[in-house]
Amino acid sequence: MAVPDAEPTTPDIMLAFYRRLYPFKSIFTWLNHEHAPTKLFTHREFAFTLQGDVYLRYNSFSNADELKKQVCTLNPTRFEIGPVYSARPRDKKTVRPAAFSPQLRELVFDIDMTDYDSIRTCCSGADICKRCWTFISAAVRVLDRALRDQFGYKHLLWVYSGRRGIHLWISDREALELTDEQRRALVGWLTVIQGGKEMHKKVNVRMGLKPLPPSIASAYKMLLPVFHDLILEDQDCFASEEGWQALLHLIPDKDIVRSLEDKWEDDPKRSSEDKWQDVEDEIERKKGKGSAILNAAKEDIVLQYTYPRLDAEVSKHRNHLLKAPFCIHPKTGRVCVPVDPRTIDKFDPARVPTVSQLLNELDKLALPQAGESAEHHADWERTSLKPYVEMLDKHVMGLMEETRKSKQKMDLSW
Amino acid sequence: MQNRKEQQRNLALKDTNAGIVETHSHLRYPYRLNFYDKPPLEDITIEEFETAALDRLRVLAEIESCFARNRTFKEMQTVILENVCSKYLELNRTSNELKPLDDERRKDHIGHFVLRLAFCRSEDLRRRFVKAETTLFKLRYETEDSLERAKFLGSRNFDWILASPEEVQELVPSTSSEKPGNYYKVKWTRVPDLVEKRRVLMKRGMAYVPAAEQASIVFQEFQAHLEKALEATAKALPRLDEDTRLVPILDNLSKGFQAGVSSEWSGATEGPDGALRADMIDEMAYKHFPACMRNLHMCLRRDKHLKHFGRLQYGLFLKILGLSIEEALAFWRKSFSSIQDDKFNKEYRYNIRHSYGLEGKRANYAAKSCQQILMSDEPGPGDSHGCPYRHFSADNLQSALLTMYGEHGLSSADMPEIMNMVKAKHYHVACTRVFEITHARQGVKKGEGVGGGESVTHPNQYAARSRELAKKMEEGKEADGDVVMQG
Repeated sequence: MAVPDAEPTTPDIMLAFYRRLYPFKSIFTWLNHEHAPTKLFTHREFAFTLQGDVYLRYNSFSNADELKKQVCTLNPTRFEIGPVYSARPRDKKTVRPAAFSPQLRELVFDIDMTDYDSIRTCCSGADICKRCWTFISAAVRVLDRALRDQFGYKHLLWVYSGRRGIHLWISDREALELTDEQRRALVGWLTVIQGGKEMHKKVNVRMGLKPLPPSIASAYKMLLPVFHDLILEDQDCFASEEGWQALLHLIPDKDIVRSLEDKWEDDPKRSSEDKWQDVEDEIERKKGKGSAILNAAKEDIVLQYTYPRLDAEVSKHRNHLLKAPFCIHPKTGRVCVPVDPRTIDKFDPARVPTVSQLLNELDKLALPQAGESAEHHADWERTSLKPYVEMLDKHVMGLMEETRKSKQKMDLSW
Repeated sequence: MQNRKEQQRNLALKDTNAGIVETHSHLRYPYRLNFYDKPPLEDITIEEFETAALDRLRVLAEIESCFARNRTFKEMQTVILENVCSKYLELNRTSNELKPLDDERRKDHIGHFVLRLAFCRSEDLRRRFVKAETTLFKLRYETEDSLERAKFLGSRNFDWILASPEEVQELVPSTSSEKPGNYYKVKWTRVPDLVEKRRVLMKRGMAYVPAAEQASIVFQEFQAHLEKALEATAKALPRLDEDTRLVPILDNLSKGFQAGVSSEWSGATEGPDGALRADMIDEMAYKHFPACMRNLHMCLRRDKHLKHFGRLQYGLFLKILGLSIEEALAFWRKSFSSIQDDKFNKEYRYNIRHSYGLEGKRANYAAKSCQQILMSDEPGPGDSHGCPYRHFSADNLQSALLTMYGEHGLSSADMPEIMNMVKAKHYHVACTRVFEITHARQGVKKGEGVGGGESVTHPNQYAARSRELAKKMEEGKEADGDVVMQG
């Protein structure tokens, strides 16, 4: 069943959320990497989307308090984070155009469920449920492993996008410094699924008949069980005629295709598991040179249905603006919370806290005792938001530790 | 007995030979390839300064031309190295001991550094220079013999580490039966293009580059190094302590990049069909002239007059085409049909004779090259000289081209391609393409240009080649007896 949307969020609710619950200090240290403000924060662009779809760009702030003040004044429906520029974005108009350019930016990724619409059977469009979330969790596991193992990145923050996708922010120093060209190359390395609606076979990663490149081969190993559990069993992708026709398009042997087509037309209720077994049986039967091509095609099919589908444009350009963590998704009311990749299989989008739920929790709390001044920014500690903010803080500690270590090194190495 | 002595003597000789120069260390430039790390530190004459640069510029301009015309790397190897370089910038292998290797390499070295000065000044010029130089380096690198190449690579520190066999074993799938070759470990950010295409293995941020892809690291290094050097040069240039000898040369060079440097066209060429007569010009213009001259001819016929620069550009062109002074006088006299004899003799005759070197300082003027037509004497209102690809508005250019060449096979379907080149300011490439299309019936293929893949750099070159092709076709017809059907 699709996740039900919460009641629409009103401006009052948003304002209360920003005043009492949004973890501005944590977000500040996450972007700044240390306590005292540096260019990583002061030269950072923030973009605000106000009620009525007014869009304000090139805002920048000197510290967390200034950011909070402006957010509470403007009460945006959402705000986005951009790159660190060569000058303060708020001074953009006074700077020569040649002197205003993006310098640093986290490496970011965006995986959106709509890219899987052609293969998921339980939901479509804006809907999402625990079942089709499995596509995302598989993608997260593959990418998380690839980025850590192959590229050596350590500081990865996965953030639920609030409705139907997930974002990744990588804050390693080397990642921050990557140029557009390098980001493009990295995305190219990770991209396996290419081709629009009109392209049947979307996986083209081999050179001729060679085996899969090692990086993709290891992803394949992780994804094969997902193929069986999610694609064949849960989603039953090949049950419908459209589904199994799509499958047949990917089999490079006319005889096999014809015989399968006949078989499946006669038996429309045949399950995807059985159909896949049919495919494997047909390939078994073919010995000799043909079987190598067919086995490769089989592997490619598994990849086409399970490999992460990235939005390349988001990752390629340093000046791309991406929604800030902990924002509220206006249509669902849910908070864009961080997600732990190690437990992502247990993540359920329906159980993500909504803003109304959080405010309710605050109201139910006992009124502050006499004499106790209400520490408004730490109120999240007393709500369901706590574990998520702690996740961010833990991540940030790692970043600050790294910054401290590299500063020490620099001090000693004169 | 004697045999043994001879044998001993031969052995002794062999020994001394073995001692002699395996490494050719007597050369100042031991390698054919050059990374251009250090500038030439010696006295150079102004002529050397200019010639080395000009010749190199021809090569770089031709490389740019190849890109604009979408040539493959293999085609470029032929065109650039065999045709163009052998004429202007010969660079022989070290094994070719009879050639003046040091002189060639010195010229190559000097030319590169002079052009750095000329092209560091704007971002656009820097980008184009780096692209052309990197391509030239790649072309030379790929055609270098592997032993020499290995020695060259050894002479410079590329900062790559040879991966240990254990590391390689961990990474390379054990399914492959062949022993994995050498892998070089570098930070992946140094080889983004290899990473993008998955031609390396990745582990913890290090790219493991197979020996076969080693070249890519070298090319990246070359490019990155040159880009940095150019920026430094640009900063240092204002402090160039010099008199007025070098700056004009440098200015001329950077202009030359835009138009492609032409070869000399100063001597009248004897046309393939014998002497050229005044009454042949109409037909010749229709059949063989490039757009600039065709336009001048049409304006001359239409107005019965041409202004000064128009007469100059067209007149010199006709001279080199093969029009003698007598025929030229007749031609112009007839063309200026509305003016009287005495006016013509008073105002025009002297100048025509002057341009043939028969009056005044008797200078034999060369016909203007494409570069000169593009760059100097901008046409004003009422002028018809210049280069139509540059000086006509886009609409006018298209209708003019279709009018002039519609019957030669140029159609409106060709216009977008041509106009793209014009928009990118590759005027001579556009003109070359028009040549190819209008001479397709004579067997000219796309990419062939005006012979051997060269692009047009001089109007006379266009006309001469056109006439040559027409003559070949005529001869083909005669030899067969029947009309030869061209595809």
